[in-house]
Amino acid sequence: MFEARELAGERGGRIVFAAVSFALAPGAALLLTGPNGAGKTSLLRVLAGLGRIADGMLLWDGQPALEDRIAHASRLALVGHQDALKPALTVAETLHHEARIIGGDAVAALAALELEGLADHPVRILSAGQRRRVALARLVLGAARPLWLLDEPTVALDVAGVATLGRVLAAHRARGGMVVASSHLALPLDGATELRLAA
Amino acid sequence: MSAAFALIRRDLALARRNAGDTLAAVAFFLLACGLFPFGVGPDPNVLARIAPGVVWVAALLAALLPLDRLLGADHDDGTLDQLLVSGLHPAAIAAAKAAAHWLATALPLLFAAPAGAVMLNLPADAIPTLVAALAMGTGVLSLLGTAGAALTLGARRGGVLLPLLVLPLAIPALIFGAAAVEAATLDLPVRPHLAMLAALLAAALPLAPLAAGAALRGAAE
Repeated sequence: MFEARELAGERGGRIVFAAVSFALAPGAALLLTGPNGAGKTSLLRVLAGLGRIADGMLLWDGQPALEDRIAHASRLALVGHQDALKPALTVAETLHHEARIIGGDAVAALAALELEGLADHPVRILSAGQRRRVALARLVLGAARPLWLLDEPTVALDVAGVATLGRVLAAHRARGGMVVASSHLALPLDGATELRLAA
Repeated sequence: MSAAFALIRRDLALARRNAGDTLAAVAFFLLACGLFPFGVGPDPNVLARIAPGVVWVAALLAALLPLDRLLGADHDDGTLDQLLVSGLHPAAIAAAKAAAHWLATALPLLFAAPAGAVMLNLPADAIPTLVAALAMGTGVLSLLGTAGAALTLGARRGGVLLPLLVLPLAIPALIFGAAAVEAATLDLPVRPHLAMLAALLAAALPLAPLAAGAALRGAAE
């Protein structure tokens, strides 16, 4: 159970969102919506333990989630608005290196995001949508991590890519995983609770 | 622990792919050493007299070159966020980055150091001491440099700020490192100087990654 109570976050000394409360059970999904600047990215960073909490509480199974930041980091996988890829490495090298750092199976991740055909391509020559797929393959590496945090995951993805992401997310939720995603576009998340942040 | 080694391995793979950065540091070092005979004149005695200090300063400056991209590149492209949520302790991330910097930049400089020393007429029997002292001194610089790079992350003109922050802290290593080489040229005992360098390294080894780790977390906020 992942829970936020009256959470407020700041960025650059300014409160960007306030009074955010939600409770997420295993298998559930939360969709963050709201206009530009409403604090969706800041909220996701706070949930990831990267942002600064101004007020309120973040609980994991009833315990303060960020008391042990390493433990919290170990239970989440994050896909931010940046792809965090190195242009000089190939797709397969990228995922193999990441698998050695965070765990998981690089070959399964390649297969799950339908990246086998691109495995030997350097990231430098990929299109924006292909890069996004590589970034999303990180989620499959983090399949054992219960909490997935996604910032605009479908940006630059084609229709087939969105469908693939939908299958990956559905499999994660079927295993009892949780998903928190922000998006302006329709996301393949059935039965997600919507949390609308005001600007 | 194995995750930290995996991070070092990833960074070394990247350094191999972008080998130009390493070559640039080595070329800068050799060029800086090679400029001094033009500046102070070709008198072999004068060159041998200043060689220990010149080689040391040139090596420190060359090792500084890639520091601002060491963490800056990861900060800009989002890799740092990924590392911070990987479950690695921030201090372990910093230690791995320092190790990668030492292996990718300082180690090649150690191989180039004898060439720089020969250009400056440093007696050949002082070269083993030079390499041993540089090995430890560049280790100190990698650690301090990583802490400096973490502190200047996100700062405008961080690349200019970084040497201003790190070089003064490297002065003790420079003093004992150059003194060790000078002692070797005069057939004096070198061990006290090397022991001081080892002590500096032993102090920087736990402290710099802890400071850098705290700064990394701050930079993410």
